Amino acid sequence: MSRLIALLAAVIVLAAPTLHASGQTAKPVSEDVVHEVGVQLRCVVCQNLSVADSPSEMASQMRAIIRERLAAGESPAEVQRYFVERYGEWILLAPPRRGFNLLVWLLPFVAVLAGLAAAAMLIRRWTRRARTAPTSPVTVDAAMSERIRRELERES
Amino acid sequence: MKLWRWLIPLAAVPVLALLAYGFRVSPRDIPSPLVGRPAPAFALSTLDGAPMTLEGHRGKVLVLNFWASWCYPACYEEAPVLERNWRGYRDRGVVVVGVDIQDKREAAEKFVADFGLTFPVAQDLKGTVSVDYGVYGVPETFFVDRQGRIRVKHVGAVTDDVFRKAVDRLLAEAGAP
Repeated sequence: MSRLIALLAAVIVLAAPTLHASGQTAKPVSEDVVHEVGVQLRCVVCQNLSVADSPSEMASQMRAIIRERLAAGESPAEVQRYFVERYGEWILLAPPRRGFNLLVWLLPFVAVLAGLAAAAMLIRRWTRRARTAPTSPVTVDAAMSERIRRELERES
Repeated sequence: MKLWRWLIPLAAVPVLALLAYGFRVSPRDIPSPLVGRPAPAFALSTLDGAPMTLEGHRGKVLVLNFWASWCYPACYEEAPVLERNWRGYRDRGVVVVGVDIQDKREAAEKFVADFGLTFPVAQDLKGTVSVDYGVYGVPETFFVDRQGRIRVKHVGAVTDDVFRKAVDRLLAEAGAP
């Protein structure tokens, strides 16, 4: 942990002069925008972490690059495009909604609809069977009905 | 009724096919969009203080190797391979260049000394060059042709076989200086 802190400190110290240098001529960059770009990018050395969330040195360098490019006047979309050009769509945490990727976006809904349809059909079939199921013919002979009548009378 | 009995197992087939495909591809093999494109320019200085640029190697077959001293064992395995092949190919218009990323200078110098590396090595302290090349781990090696285009990206330790195959192919191409 202390090594990590030392590492981060080293990065900050190393990055500081360049940030200072670029800060003089470039437009001010809001950390919110840096974060906004960072959360959409995959931290390349982590598992399922965004560049904004990762404490790794690589992610910290990427945040510095995002900041520098925004300061140089690029829009958040242009910065994102830069990373996609270098790393491919893999760098995006959410795959774009087109082409083969649509499968990821649509399949859950298709599965839910299919499940609902299957459940509806099964329920209909079960209820229909219950309604039309032949009720077993009960034959009550005279002696039995007489006995039922007697027992009922005794109860009341 | 007969159809329904088959439908559920049938529905599992595409799901299984998708899983079979997904588990067969290595998550490490991410195709680089940079292969076939011009290598991004860079300007670094070597550990000895000499300038190191992409332009400076135009017309030669360039082997650009991203490494780090903490990258054990892959970088330790490939360092002797790179040095051996650099010595073997340097007179034939091949340049090997090392870019040390996310590292400390002393550690990098020790690594270079330990392996007796004689090809130029520079540190990419801000990570701009590695991001320009879409590097997501070390070691990664880019083989750049004489026209300055990235032709092969190799992820993981370079072996003699990988090095020779890529370099021989690029050397055999037209456009010799």
